[in-house]
Amino acid sequence: MTDPSFIRLRVAVTGGTSGLGRSLVRELLDRGARVAFVARHRPDVERTMLDFPTAHGITGDVSRKEDVHPIAIQILGALDGLDVLINNASSLGPVPLRPLADTDCEDLELALATNLVGPFRLTKALLGSLAASARSGGRPVVVNISSDAAVTPYENWGAYGASKAALHHLSRIWDAELTNEGIRVVAIDPGDMDTPLHALAVPDADRLTLKQPETAAREIADQIAAPANPADAGLHEVAQ
Amino acid sequence: MNAASAPRQGARRARLLAIDENGHVSHHRAADLPSLLEGGDLLVANDAATLPASLQGTHLRTDRPVEVRLAGGHSLAAHDVTRFTAVLFGAGDFRTPTEKRPDPPRLQPGDELALGPLRAAVVRMLSHGRLIELAFNHPPAVVWEGIARHGRPIQYAYVPATLAIWDTWTSIAGRPVAFEPPSAGFVLDWAMLRALRSRGVRFATLTHAAGISSTGDAELDRLLPFDEPYYIPRSTAVLVRRTLRRGGRIVAVGTTVVRALEHAARLPGWVLPGHGVATQRITSLSHLRVVHAIVSGLHEAGSSHYELLRAFQDDPTLQEMTAQAEARGYLAHEFGDLVFIARGRNTFSRRLTA
Repeated sequence: MTDPSFIRLRVAVTGGTSGLGRSLVRELLDRGARVAFVARHRPDVERTMLDFPTAHGITGDVSRKEDVHPIAIQILGALDGLDVLINNASSLGPVPLRPLADTDCEDLELALATNLVGPFRLTKALLGSLAASARSGGRPVVVNISSDAAVTPYENWGAYGASKAALHHLSRIWDAELTNEGIRVVAIDPGDMDTPLHALAVPDADRLTLKQPETAAREIADQIAAPANPADAGLHEVAQ
Repeated sequence: MNAASAPRQGARRARLLAIDENGHVSHHRAADLPSLLEGGDLLVANDAATLPASLQGTHLRTDRPVEVRLAGGHSLAAHDVTRFTAVLFGAGDFRTPTEKRPDPPRLQPGDELALGPLRAAVVRMLSHGRLIELAFNHPPAVVWEGIARHGRPIQYAYVPATLAIWDTWTSIAGRPVAFEPPSAGFVLDWAMLRALRSRGVRFATLTHAAGISSTGDAELDRLLPFDEPYYIPRSTAVLVRRTLRRGGRIVAVGTTVVRALEHAARLPGWVLPGHGVATQRITSLSHLRVVHAIVSGLHEAGSSHYELLRAFQDDPTLQEMTAQAEARGYLAHEFGDLVFIARGRNTFSRRLTA
């Protein structure tokens, strides 16, 4: 159902072809936003565009430095600016999950590249557009999708948990620094969802106990629409 | 004057030569720009991001290599990316100074160009053998992807290292509509914006599709700057009006901001918000209606950038500026040092308004 606060809102979602990202694309389109999504594999992007013909699909890998500005250019070319950036694309690190002592340095680097440095680079490349949105009376927001693994030290989730903890703290600091520019930066923990990423991490999970990504997408969209509140900064745990 | 030979060596460590309204010259660090502004002033910058507007490819009729430099568009609309004004070069790249580049093959309307993943056609020849109107034969999304992934930033031989896209974006870069960086904006960073705010200086932006600055051909360079589309947000127009009404100064970061604001200046103290196309040249005879001071890079006498500075100060003052800059080893061009030039008491503008 369209939502007045989303009409003409320009939103970009990374990792938009599966799991939570795909549900966010659907939810945001349903509410009336203009949506661009990013994913690594062109066939997935094309398939998702068939499902959501009004969304703009962009092929690129946020973990690759050389991809970030081409992605940003295409987002801005598709939407003519930007109001909301959702850094959703995530890497679990090595799978099957394993103790940190058995984690290769390269796997840790890859998790950090996808979950921390990629969102940092893309946000930085799009910050000028978000600030322009704020100066024109918009309420721009950067949503970094986090996890309870950012806070709780789950064994075997080292690469993922450490990268999400860093993303969480980056969000808090950046939010404080950008308050005067009128840009919010929030980290949101969507909860344990029935997604391909979760299946990869916990293959034998009871899927019936997991949250549907559509539910999490709805909750995240509600938070985007919520008025800015300084007390909101930091990790949001949406109701589970 | 020597050119700065690496990206961003300017920005925060650059030097800043300031000329006040009496024509007095002083020397500063670029990072000290806020100290030249006062509470109640409005700093206006161009927030255009820079397209990687150099496309290597092949002229299909002759099978010869060409470099296409996109140099201008019709509007800032994101869907309006199928037609461009473009300057063509023959074989080679930026490592050869533009004035030594071979000509492209003789071009005719209808000629096709293969530019990486993109196909384009020569729509018509413009007033020069290397200046064309070009049309991409793809939907906008394909053109955006092709330029974003295949294009390289336009650059010149005095910067030997290959530029990455991020080298050409200012900190505040927003919509990618410029063909070369609005380079005076390299001086800005977020800490400086905070410092300005704490001094009571307001900050606003407009978006101006800064065009190509040099073609390597004197005849073609005389046509510069081309017509450039711009967009002035309503919030910026409101701040301009409020600042002028309260006696504050409008300080433009870069020549493109002067061009856009003065083009949009319709009534005293008022700029028209919205979309426009700057078609005018600003010279020593221009009457500046809105802008009180400019922050700019250093440019050679005779260039269109330098001509614009003549609207702010008289020739003896600008000659003194150049002499002092040369004596102190200031670096020119887009990654070099900066000048801050207040509108002087002896300029045409001032005489008109006096």
